Amino acid sequence: MAANLATWRRIKNRIAMTMAFLAMAFGLFWLFWILITTLDLGIASLSPKLFTQMTPPPGSEGGLLNAIVGSLLLVSLGTLLGTPIGILAGIYLAEYGKHTWLGRITQFLNDILLSAPSIVIGLFVYAIYVAQAGHFSGYSGVIALAMLVIPVVIRATENMLLLVPNPMREAAFALGAPKWKVIVKVTLRASIAGILTGVLLAIARISGETAPLLFTALSNQFWTLNMNGPIANLPVTIFKFAMSPYKDWQQLAWAAVFLITMGVLALNIIARVVFRPSKHT
Amino acid sequence: MSSTRQGKLGDWIFFNLTRFFALFVLLMLGGTVASLVHGAWPAIERFGWGFLWSGEWNPPMERFGALIPIYGTLATSLVALVIAVPVSFGIAIFLTEMAPVWLKRPLGIAIELLAGVPSIVYGMWGLLVFSPVFATYAQPMLANTLGKLPLIGELFSGPALGIGILSAGVVLAIMTIPFIASVMRDVFDVTPPMLKESAYGLGATTWEVVWHVVLPYTKVGVIGGVMLGLGRALGETMAVTFLIGNMNVFGGFSLFLPGNSIASALANEFAEADSPIYAASLIELGLILFFITFIVLSLSKLLLMQLSRRGGRET
Repeated sequence: MAANLATWRRIKNRIAMTMAFLAMAFGLFWLFWILITTLDLGIASLSPKLFTQMTPPPGSEGGLLNAIVGSLLLVSLGTLLGTPIGILAGIYLAEYGKHTWLGRITQFLNDILLSAPSIVIGLFVYAIYVAQAGHFSGYSGVIALAMLVIPVVIRATENMLLLVPNPMREAAFALGAPKWKVIVKVTLRASIAGILTGVLLAIARISGETAPLLFTALSNQFWTLNMNGPIANLPVTIFKFAMSPYKDWQQLAWAAVFLITMGVLALNIIARVVFRPSKHT
Repeated sequence: MSSTRQGKLGDWIFFNLTRFFALFVLLMLGGTVASLVHGAWPAIERFGWGFLWSGEWNPPMERFGALIPIYGTLATSLVALVIAVPVSFGIAIFLTEMAPVWLKRPLGIAIELLAGVPSIVYGMWGLLVFSPVFATYAQPMLANTLGKLPLIGELFSGPALGIGILSAGVVLAIMTIPFIASVMRDVFDVTPPMLKESAYGLGATTWEVVWHVVLPYTKVGVIGGVMLGLGRALGETMAVTFLIGNMNVFGGFSLFLPGNSIASALANEFAEADSPIYAASLIELGLILFFITFIVLSLSKLLLMQLSRRGGRET
C-alpha cells in the first residue's frame, strides 16, 4: 500500500515534469518557427536595392530606403525626446518621492502606462496634435513614440537608483555635496549601465511599434525628410504591403520584417548580455 | 558660503525639475482620458449607454454599437489565456525547479525574446505562414474532436478559414506567454528557499513542492501575472488585425468565424472615418478599451504589490 502510494506520487511527479518540459518546448517552438520564417523569407528578399530605392507602386521594382530612413528618424527623435523626461521623472520617484502621494501615484500609474494599449496613445496624439494641425506628421509620430519610451525609462531609472546602496549617498553628503550633486555625480553614475539597458529596451520596443504611428506619422510612398508631413516608416509599410495581394509588395514586407526583427533582437540581446546588471552595485 | 547657497538653489531647481516630469506622467495619463472623452462626446451624446450593447456597426447609416468589437476583444483574449496560462505555468516550473543552472539564463532570455518580437511580425507571420497551416491541419482536427462534443462543440464548427477569432487568439497566446511566464518565474523565485527545502526534506516530490508550497505562497503574484497578460492581450493591435478577419457582423458563437476587436477596428477604420460621428464612435471604442485595460492592469499591479509586501515582511 505504502509502496503503491509512493509509486503513484512518483508517477504524478513524472507526468507534471514532462508537462513542464513540453510547455518549455512549446514556447521555444514558436520562437524558432518565427525566427526561421523571418530568416528564410527575409534573406531571400534581401538585395542592395532595399537600401538605394524608394518603396514602389505595385508591380514595379523598388526598395525600402525612404521607410528605413523615416523609421530611423522617428525612433531616434522619439528616444531623444522621451529619455530625458523618463530619467528625470525616475529620479524623482527614487530619490525624492518614495513616500509622497505624487511619487506613489506616479509609480503606480507608470506601471499601467507601461502596458497600456499603444493604439490608444496613437488616438491621444491624434487628438492633441494631428487634429489641431490638420495633417499627419512625423512630429506627431515622434511624440507618440516618446510616450512609449517614457514609462520604460522611468521604470529602469527608478529600479537602478534604488539599487544604489545608501552609504554611497551618505559618504557624498558627508563631504558637503548638495543633494542634486549627489544624485547627478554619484547615484546616477553608479546606475548608468542599468539605465542604458532600459533605454535600449525602449528603443527595441518602439522600433516595431505600428499602432501608434497609424494615425500620426501615417506613411509616405516617397522620399521625404520633412517631419512636418506624413513620413514613411518600416512598420506601417509592412502593414500596408503584407495586407496587399501583390507578391512583390509582400516580398518587400518580408525584407522589412527581417530588418526590424534582427534589429530588435540584437538590441534585446545586447541589453541583456553586455549591460548585464551586476548584483554588487 | 556662496557654495552652499549655490547648492540650495541647485537643489531647489533640480527637485522641482524632477517633480515636474513626474507630474508630467500624470498629466499624460489624465490628458489621454480627457481627450478620449472629449473626442468621443458626440457619440456618447447620440447613442448613450446603448452604444455598449448594440451589435450594429453601420457607417453609411451612421448607426454604431460596440458589442461586436467588445465581444471580439474579450473572446480572443480569453482564448489566449486558456492556452497561455497553463503553458506559462509549465515554463515557470521548468525554469525555476527543473532546468540545470547553466540553462536557466539562456532559456529565460529566449522566452523574453519572444516578448521582444514586434507585434507586426507576429501579424504578418500569422497571416501568411501560420494561418494556412492552421486551416489545413489544426482546424479540421479540432472540428473532428472537440467539435463533436455537446455544448462546446458549437465553438469549433464552421468552415476552416485560417483567420478568425480562434487563430487570432492562438497568436495572441504566443505573444502573452512570455509576459505571464516571466512574472510567474519571478514570483516563484520569491518563495523562501527555507520553505521549499523543508518540504523536500519531508520527502515531497518536485511537483508536490510546487503545488503545495510554491503556488499557495505566490498565489497573488501568479494571478497578478495572469492579469498582466490579459491586459496586454486586450490591447494588442497589429497581430489581431491581421488575423481576426475584420467582420463587423455577428455570425454565431463559433470561434472559427471572423470577427473584430476594438483595437483592430481602430487600426483599420480610424484613418478612413469620413463623418464626425463615425470618428467619435471609434474614439469611444478606444475609451472603452482604455477603461477595461486600466482596470485589469490596476488589479494586476495591486496583486503583485501585495505579494512583494508580504515577501518583504517574511524575509
